[in-house]
Formats: sequence, structure tokens, C-alpha cells
Amino acid sequence: MAGRVTIKDYLSESRLFMQRSFQALGFAAILIAVLVGRLIYLQVLAHEHFITLSDDNRIKILPLPPNRGLIFDRNGLILADNLPSYRLEITPEQIHDMDDTLSRLSQLVNIRDVDLKRFTRLRNSTPVFKPVPLRFHLSDEEVARFAINRHLFPGVDIVAGLSRHYPHGPLAAHALGYVGRIDERDLQQIDVAQYSGTTHIGKVGIEKTYEQTLHGRVGYSQVETNAEGRVLRTLVRTPPVPGENLYLTLDAELQNVAEQAFGDNSGAAVVIDPDNGGVLAFVSLPTYDPNLFVNGIDTATYESLRDDSEQPLFNRALRGQYPPGSTLKPFVGLGGLERGVTHGGAKTFCPGYYQLPGKDRRYRDWKRSGHGSVDLKSAIAESCDVYFYDLALSMGIDMMHEYLGQFGFGARTGIDISGELAGLLPSREWKRGARGQAWYPGETLITGIGQGFVLTTPIQLASATATLARFGQRMKPHIVASTQIYDDPGLTPLQVDAVTAVPVVERPHWAEVIDAMREVMHGRHGTARKVGLDAGYEIAGKTGTAQVFGLQPEEEYEADTLDRKLHDHSLFVAFAPVQRPRVAIAVVVEHGGSGSAVAAPIARTILDQYLSKARP
Amino acid sequence: MSTLLDQSREDASRRDWQHILHIDAVLLVSLFALSALGLFVLYSAAGQEQTVLIRQLVRLSIAFGAMALVAQFRPQWLQRWTPWLYGLGVVLLIAVLVVGDIGKGAQRWLDFGFVRFQPSEMMKLAVPMMVAWYLADKRLPPDRLQLLVAGVLIVVPVLLIAKQPDLGTSLLIGSAGFFALFLAGLSWRLLGGLGLLGAAGAPVLWHFMHDYQRQRVITFLDPAQDPLGAGYHIIQSKIAIGSGGVFGKGWLNGTQAHLEFLPERSTDFIFAVLGEEFGLVGISVLLVIYALIIIRSLHIATQAQDTYGRLLGGSLAMTFFIYIIVNTGMVTGLLPVVGLPLPLVSYGGTSMVTLMAGFGILMSIQTHRKLLTT
Repeated sequence: MAGRVTIKDYLSESRLFMQRSFQALGFAAILIAVLVGRLIYLQVLAHEHFITLSDDNRIKILPLPPNRGLIFDRNGLILADNLPSYRLEITPEQIHDMDDTLSRLSQLVNIRDVDLKRFTRLRNSTPVFKPVPLRFHLSDEEVARFAINRHLFPGVDIVAGLSRHYPHGPLAAHALGYVGRIDERDLQQIDVAQYSGTTHIGKVGIEKTYEQTLHGRVGYSQVETNAEGRVLRTLVRTPPVPGENLYLTLDAELQNVAEQAFGDNSGAAVVIDPDNGGVLAFVSLPTYDPNLFVNGIDTATYESLRDDSEQPLFNRALRGQYPPGSTLKPFVGLGGLERGVTHGGAKTFCPGYYQLPGKDRRYRDWKRSGHGSVDLKSAIAESCDVYFYDLALSMGIDMMHEYLGQFGFGARTGIDISGELAGLLPSREWKRGARGQAWYPGETLITGIGQGFVLTTPIQLASATATLARFGQRMKPHIVASTQIYDDPGLTPLQVDAVTAVPVVERPHWAEVIDAMREVMHGRHGTARKVGLDAGYEIAGKTGTAQVFGLQPEEEYEADTLDRKLHDHSLFVAFAPVQRPRVAIAVVVEHGGSGSAVAAPIARTILDQYLSKARP
Repeated sequence: MSTLLDQSREDASRRDWQHILHIDAVLLVSLFALSALGLFVLYSAAGQEQTVLIRQLVRLSIAFGAMALVAQFRPQWLQRWTPWLYGLGVVLLIAVLVVGDIGKGAQRWLDFGFVRFQPSEMMKLAVPMMVAWYLADKRLPPDRLQLLVAGVLIVVPVLLIAKQPDLGTSLLIGSAGFFALFLAGLSWRLLGGLGLLGAAGAPVLWHFMHDYQRQRVITFLDPAQDPLGAGYHIIQSKIAIGSGGVFGKGWLNGTQAHLEFLPERSTDFIFAVLGEEFGLVGISVLLVIYALIIIRSLHIATQAQDTYGRLLGGSLAMTFFIYIIVNTGMVTGLLPVVGLPLPLVSYGGTSMVTLMAGFGILMSIQTHRKLLTT
């Protein structure tokens, strides 16, 4: 080889090159084979996997929240509707400098301190990738101003939506309730899927009880999005089913008259149609504006409502538990008749006080001079306490408990507004369980005049009065009459539940008690005869005055020297017209004083309003 | 090879149009087919924008023009000017490092006022030409000293380009030089030694890497580590190709591409668009065309009548292959992300002209042969 160093061997070099070319080609072939293998893996073996990833990439499911059902009164007046509104939302994840963004935003839209506080609060409880509302109800001008500068605010969006609105503000607020933003507690109780895209949920009142009906069913659209999440087109759309509208038994006009009739007084009134238990008016005063709660009430306003000594947020008609006072007497009296403990002609002498045999303690009558000799009719008409002390003692607590229980005292009426309390109808068992004490005869006496342990709610009183008016027929109180599907003008009446009727032993017993209640309004000595005057229709009523605190035997009740908080509650129950009852009512005026002076005139105003209208 | 491309065993006495125009028909048709396929995919990848298509057509025309022009120069003439070209290239590379424009975070451009020029592009041709020139009159296989000299001729521009930094181009130029040496008969033992040296030098190389280059390697090794950052490219392109399946989603129907999940979809990652819309079938067509071009190019090299033509032709053919395998390997997640386009398919200008000039050289080698006795 050494001898051929300087000359090139073209043939062998050509062969060498050919050989090397094949090797290079082989090298390339191997790598191409690897590539093809990789492609077969990606496109054939793992194809399904990547198809899934690709679809996940591009297809997103967007919820389409349903429109909430509307609420109308019995005459079709709208009580809760949905207004189009624009809200400003910020997605924190997309914001680099939140303070800067907020300060720049505040030059375009009005951002108050309360908005900022609410925003901060909501932001802390929301995942960073979800939008948090900063402002609600933007004005058209604000929307326009922001729209022009939209590009300067990535992560800030104006969202058009419907916002719950209560056009009559505080009217019937305690019946309607309100919606508010879905919170942690709500999330545990709802089907989260049904609420995707929905921000609000019924919190109290009808809005809560009928949440499912009002809410509707969520719809979905499958959309194709690009890498930025911008929606490009809709693939499949399942439209939402709007919530059903509710038509109430409530008469907004009557409600308004009833609320006005209270003046500045606190209290409650429930007006019921005895034929079916439909609630015609549902008053709890003072009231509040439910619109405040829809988009998150600010702390200061909420605290002022919460700490208000008049407790405007307290639903008195449903949760206010008051001693019924003398309004219980017709029921006790009827019990005495029906159970054969007494009869209409039986007379009791009222000296102005009552003593248990062998006891010194005197149970006073409200009329210190006494009513003299009274029978059941005059005892109810004049509201003689002594007669009922005596009757109660004769009946005994067990019989009273059992009989009054049939009217629904001491139990929830089951009205379709959430949060009802049961009141209290005492018994031996109750006292032993709750107080660990035996029942004393003295307690039987004062139960007979609706004092002592016994507590009733205004809705209970109204319902029991309606039951009395209907000779024992009990209808479950309710406030929603019918529902309406969104694309169908027809109404679907809700089933009205009859409750176990109060058994009638003898109808004349009922007629006797009702006649006595008529005497209250129209008799010469009736406690509310002034209220019954010139009614143009006959009313059966009963006044009541409930002691807020117990007087010692020698103490005098002197309204002038007492703190208003200790004044007696003023109560009144009634139904009218007597012959063909169309309406039953219970009124409680807190610390109003005597029933005849305060509660009864309010009831009369309400009855006048209702009965003056032609029967539908 | 020679049996496969029978017609190339031409009768030199017959002065057909290929020799008059100095054009190789097989290469030309293959390149046209490739460009046509590329335009189809690009139209889809660029969101059906006609302006993109027109610009790419203009570039292709310029590139094919450059090819035809270069093909007119006799290989001997090219050989004579090789050292000057190479020398100029090195000087310009140094100039780029000193005064070059910075584009996309790297210094690659020289701005002459009227035209911006990327010297590294020139070196894609100048380096294999220089190695071929150096070994042209040597006896092959080269001895160690010659290998050392050739090695220096390769490594200097590679390092200068890597410093810009332009990893893709320096890789390409390095392989161009390497394949010239390999085809010249670089011994397997030395090759093995170099391989070991390379493996041992990897940590040193790591030390000299830029952060973004290191990140690319890390991301390549574990794309899931950074799914929204650097790993995003790889993950999304794998999804695009994989979801294409055997037959693809159809032209213009690639969701990954059209919904902008796929980054760089009309440039470096256009292969993923092809894979998504045309599936394995479409990719196979592309690979067959590529294979045809590579085989034809290597065949031309083996038919060359001198060492310079053989080494240069073979090196250009293998450089073309490296282009393809680095790009497709990157897009399919086999290799780290290195910024190299898919030849004649990706949208982009400068490298296309250089590439086609390379094919011009191959055509020149093929069509300027003298009649030889066999």
C-alpha cells in the first residue's frame, strides 16, 4: 500500500464512496423507520387517547342557566320579576395587578366602597379562574364607557343577565322572601349540576319553599373554543327549561291596605280564605326591602337591619309566638260544649276574681268589678276571664290540650313559606319533659284564658279561626295557588291539602260560639262593638290582650308607667260574613295594648277592603 | 439505486433537454410535488389566508430560480471558488457576532442597509463544499492529520453559529461536514471514539448552553413538567398528530391547528398539521417524496466523476435528510425542540433558497458530467 500513497485509486475510492453511501442511506432508513414507528404509535395505537385530548381541548360544556319563574298575586300583579341587568365581572387569574385594574376601572364605572368590600369578600371564596362580580346593575352609560375601553382590561367582562327584582319593594317581603347569591351552605343542599351558571337561589320565604319550581332546569351548549377559551361555534345546544311562574293566593291590594292599616305599629296579620286555606294577606311589620339582598347586602346595611330593635327581618306572622290571650276563649268554650263539660245555659258568677278551692291566691278578671252572672255567650262577648277559669278547671288541662290541638294549636300549620314555628300548647307531658315539674291547677286556669305557657303564631290563629268559621273543616294554609309553565298560558292549580277535620259533635254548639263572637262585634256589651259598628256585614270576632309579663297579685297594670316593650300585645281574630264566611283573619299588634282598641280596627279596615270588592 | 432510477443511466452523447438546461427531471418533479403538497398544508395551517400562500409561492419561485441558476455553474468552477466562499462566510460570521442584528433573542443577521443577510445560511453550503474541496486531491480514506484539518474547518463555523445562538443551523452544518467526512471513509473506530468523546463532552456542552436551550432539553425529557410553558408545543403537536389517526381529520378540518392550540403551526410545527389533517397516509406520501429526493440525490453523488462532486453531493443529500429527521423528530416528540423548518413545506424564506441552491449544485454535478468509458 505504501507505494501507492501519492496516486489516487479512483476505482477503489469510487467503491468506497458507493459503500459509504449505502451505509448513510441505511442510517437514514433506520431513523425513518423509528419515525414511522413513532407515527404508528401516535396515530394508530394511541389514536383514541389523543382524539380524547383533542376533544377536551376544543369542546367545552357551557351551562345555560334557566330564567327564574315569576311570582304574581292572585290578580296577576307581578310581585317578583327578572330585570335585564349588566354586571361587571373580573376573573382574578387573568389580572396581573388587581389594584391597578380596579383604580383604572373606577374611572369608567362608579365603584363604591361597598362594591369593593363585597368584591373582596366574594373573591376570597371563589376559585381564581372563576369570575367574581364587582358591580351590578351598570347603567347604559357605564356599559358604553367600558365597552369602548374593553381592550385595556383583559380579564374584565360585562355580563348581561337577568336579575331578580321585587317591584313593590317591601310589600309582602316576609311572604315572598328573596333570592341571594348561592353560598357554601346552599351548595351542600342543591344539585350542583342544576345550578351551574346560576348565581342566585331562594333564601327565605316563597322564593325558598318553591325554589325547585321557580328554578327550572339548566340547559347546556357544547361549544368549540380556541386555545384562549373564546367560543367559536356551538355544536349542540340543549335549551334550559325556564322555571315555572307562581300565582299566589295573595291579594297585593289587600296586602297593601293591611300593611298601611298598621301605621307605625309592629305586628302581624294573616288573612285566610276559609274555603281553601289560601292566604290573602300576610303581614309582618316592620318589613324590609328584599331587593337589598339580591346582589349581596353590604355589612353596614345588614347590621342596621339585624340590630334594629324592631327586628324588621323577623317574620312575625310565621315565627312570632304570642300568648293568644282571650282570642283562645271561643275555642276553649267550644271544647267545653262539645265535650259536655258545660252547656249554653250554664251560668257562672263573676265577682272580678277567681279562687281555686282551698287556695288564697286570687286570679283576677280584667274587669275588677266583675261581670256578674255570665253564660258562655256573654262570657265570650264581654271576655269574662272568671267564666273561663272555671270552665278550664272543669275541663282540665288534658282535655283542653287534646281539644285545642285539633285546631292546630301547638303545631306548624304547614304553610308553604319556610321557617314556620310551632307555638306551644302546654300539657302535663310537655311540662314534665321541658320543665321537669308537675302541672299545677293554677296553670290550667290561665291556659283557659290564653295566658301562661300557651303560645300561638298569627298564622295558627288565622287558620284556627278559619276552621271555626267552617265548622271544623280544616284546610292547610297555603300561599301559592297555581303554577304556570313558561310557554303555556294555562295555570295548574296546586293541590290543596285538607287536614283532619275537627269532629263536630253538635253543630248548634259551633253556632252558639259563633253567635257569641258575633255578639263581640255587634252586641250591646261586645268588647269590639265599636269596631263592628256600621260594617254592612256581620263579623264574628274575638279580641285578646296578651300579657308580656306577669303581674304580681297586688300590682296594677298601668300602661303609662311601663316601658313600651312591656306593654300588652293587642290581638284580634275574626271571620266574616258570619253566615257565609269568606275571610278569616288574625291580627297581632305588638305592645299595642287592648285588642279592641288597636288590633280590631286594623282587622276591620282589612275586612272592609276585602268584602267591599265583588266576589270573584 | 442505479436500477431504481434507470433513466439516469443516461447516454451522455444524447444531448437531451436536461443537459441543455442543466436540470435533473427526477429531482425537479419530486421537488415540485413536495412544494405542491407543502402549499396545500400551509394554506390550511395559515388559516386559509391567500396572502400567505402568495408569499410562499413567491419564495418558492425565487428558490427554484436560485436552483436553476446554481445548476448552470460547472462543479469545477464551484470548486475553484470554494475556499473564497468559505473564507468570506467565516469572516461574515465573526462580523455577525460583533455587529449583527438581534432577532428573536439571537444574533443572526447582517444588515447591509438594502438587504438583511444571514451568513449562517451561506455556510450550509460553504462547509460541505470546503470539506469536499480539502479532500478532493487527497487519497481516501483520509489520514488522521487530514481529518484533524477537516475537523477544524467544520468546527470553527459550527461554534461561531452556535454562539449566535442558532442551535438548529449549527447542528445542520455540523452534520453536513460530518457526512462529507463519513462518505470520504472516516474509519468506524474513529467514529466510535468521537461518539464516546461526544457523550463525555455532553456535560461540558450543557455548561455552555443558554438557559433556553437547557430548558428545551429538560422539556424534551419531560414535557409534562411544564404543560403550559415550553412543554406545551410538544404536547399539543403530539395531540394534533395522534388525533389525526390513519386518515386524518380532513383538509382544513384540523381542530388543533385551526383553533390555535398548535403553536408555530405554519412554520416549524407544520408537520403536525399535516399529521392531523391527512393522517398517517398523508405523512407517508410526504415521506415517500422525501425518500425519493434523498435517494436520487445520493445516486447523483455516486455517479459523480470526482471526489469533490461525490463528497459535496452526498453531504448535501444527507443534510437534507437531517433537516427532515430533526424537524419531524421534534414535532413527534422524539427529539428536543430545535428550530428547524420542514424543508419546502414550512412557511419561511431564507433557508428555502439555500436548500434549493444545494439541489442546484446536485443538478450541476449530474448534468455537467463528461462522457466516460464504463
